[in-house]
Amino acid sequence: MINNTSSGVAKISLTPNADSHFSRKGIVQITLLGLLLLLPVTAYFLGHIYYVNLASRITIIAMAAVGLNLAIGYGGMVSFGHAAYFGLGGYVAGISAYHAFDFTPFMTWPFSVPGSDNLLVVWLAAAILCGLLALAIGAISLRTTGVYFIMITLAFAQMIYYFANSWPTYGGEDGLPIYLRNGLPFVDTTNALSYFLICFAGLVLAMAITSRLMKSRFGAALTMARLNDVRLATAGISPYPIRLIAFVISAVITGLAGALYADLNGFVSPTMLSWHFSGELMVIVILGGVGRLYGPLAGAILFVMMETLLGGITQYWQLFLGLVLLGVVLFAKHGVMGWLAGRELNE
Amino acid sequence: MSDVVLSLHQLHKRFGALQATNDVSLELHQGEIHALIGPNGAGKSTLIGQIAGNLRPDEGSVFLGGSEITRMSIAQRARLGLGRSFQVSSLAEPLSVMRNVMMGVQALQSHSFRFWKPVARDKQLLEPAYEALERMQLSHRAWTPVSELSHGERRQVEVACALALKPRALLLDEPMAGLGPEGSAKLTELLEALKVEVPILLIEHDMEAVFRLADRISVLVSGSVIAQGDSHAIRQDPRVREAYLGNDDA
Repeated sequence: MINNTSSGVAKISLTPNADSHFSRKGIVQITLLGLLLLLPVTAYFLGHIYYVNLASRITIIAMAAVGLNLAIGYGGMVSFGHAAYFGLGGYVAGISAYHAFDFTPFMTWPFSVPGSDNLLVVWLAAAILCGLLALAIGAISLRTTGVYFIMITLAFAQMIYYFANSWPTYGGEDGLPIYLRNGLPFVDTTNALSYFLICFAGLVLAMAITSRLMKSRFGAALTMARLNDVRLATAGISPYPIRLIAFVISAVITGLAGALYADLNGFVSPTMLSWHFSGELMVIVILGGVGRLYGPLAGAILFVMMETLLGGITQYWQLFLGLVLLGVVLFAKHGVMGWLAGRELNE
Repeated sequence: MSDVVLSLHQLHKRFGALQATNDVSLELHQGEIHALIGPNGAGKSTLIGQIAGNLRPDEGSVFLGGSEITRMSIAQRARLGLGRSFQVSSLAEPLSVMRNVMMGVQALQSHSFRFWKPVARDKQLLEPAYEALERMQLSHRAWTPVSELSHGERRQVEVACALALKPRALLLDEPMAGLGPEGSAKLTELLEALKVEVPILLIEHDMEAVFRLADRISVLVSGSVIAQGDSHAIRQDPRVREAYLGNDDA
């Protein structure tokens, strides 16, 4: 097929000039990912488990932000309710572990569903449930745009927050402990380094999927839906289903991060569902660089480090976070990644 | 007649007390350029909206190639073969020309739920887009971001985007707007070559271009078509002279 095409077309460059892998951007990206991998490994062998868990925390929050970045940065859908998926993922891990620990079924009708302490089962359930929740919320919310979209996603997330708060079976506002971290066959997930590596793999996978997705036809349509949805419709593609699918994928990524987070802390509570966390994720995405593949990672590193280092000195650390955010918004529009790695071409 | 590509049947559209479209019927035939002219406020934009799908008529129907499209969405109409350009250029500026044009090709090749294969190496997308650009003599700008193009080049990209759909009919809304005499002449030439394959419904203010290009002209005044005919007949029509040419644009 391809070889049969006229030679005139084939001769002329059909593709733009490709980026060199050793550009400034490439170096910054490899450094970020490399440090995130090497520092906890080193810390582990030096016996500083605390830092391994800190790195796991950064990794998971970065992954949640990767999910949100797909909606906000690539899809132009400013969701102020991604805590709903993060929290739901967390509760799936918590509730599943609770029933597995108790040997009680999660439900008995119409079919009997037992709890499970197998991470693969937990992740699958978290992905499916977060996807379905996002499908329902997105189907309604995406009929609005702008400020209304922000508010309606916030409203849905708050509904779920108050529901979790007032449901005593699973701890209500006190939250639900996970006594023993959910496990994987052949892997000791209670080992801090093993668990970090699982989280790291999750983050890398989420970023790889985002990257690949945005280069595909679906990504091209999503980019056009963000930049100019009239052009997309005029070209014969309805923006609504494209946005909805992107919203669902985004929620699933954030939800899986939530499941990892609950197992990291051994605890899940309505805090994971609160609008504060939705806001924190947005701050991370903006800090790192909206619509940049490595933006959520850079943002999460900066955010968690500030929280840990400044939070140890003063409880008013968020004042400094605010100042940094102000600086980024005013002086580095493309976030930390834009500042470190230069502007990104939109190709 | 079998060579009717796009037809409007007795369209009515009312906004409150204003009858914006009043019993408008139009036909676009194979191989022709049909121009729609009219003074400001005549209801041209409202009419275009009903053809393109932004607005629904209160009464009447729109047909494209034999199928009724009156209630279809913009995207459905586009997939059926209605290509359009906008009065105010509507392209994704940060993207390259190619990426803008490729959208139409993508829509044509079934759905967009393909998540894996990169478009940057997808010859099935690139080659038809490239062809559409060549038709508009713009292939040398394929990888230039739209934001760096001149106004006239953007107009050509708009038409190329519409061509990428392999349209049955083109709806061009003031393609000459804002072009200098040179750009206007070039676009006129390109459109003249194009009409053999795709009939064009042309909404245009530039009377010189209209009289040169159009095989038939419909004159819209206060929501109604007051005259229809070739450029000679329109020039002579006393009602048209009174309502339109005599007033401001003559």
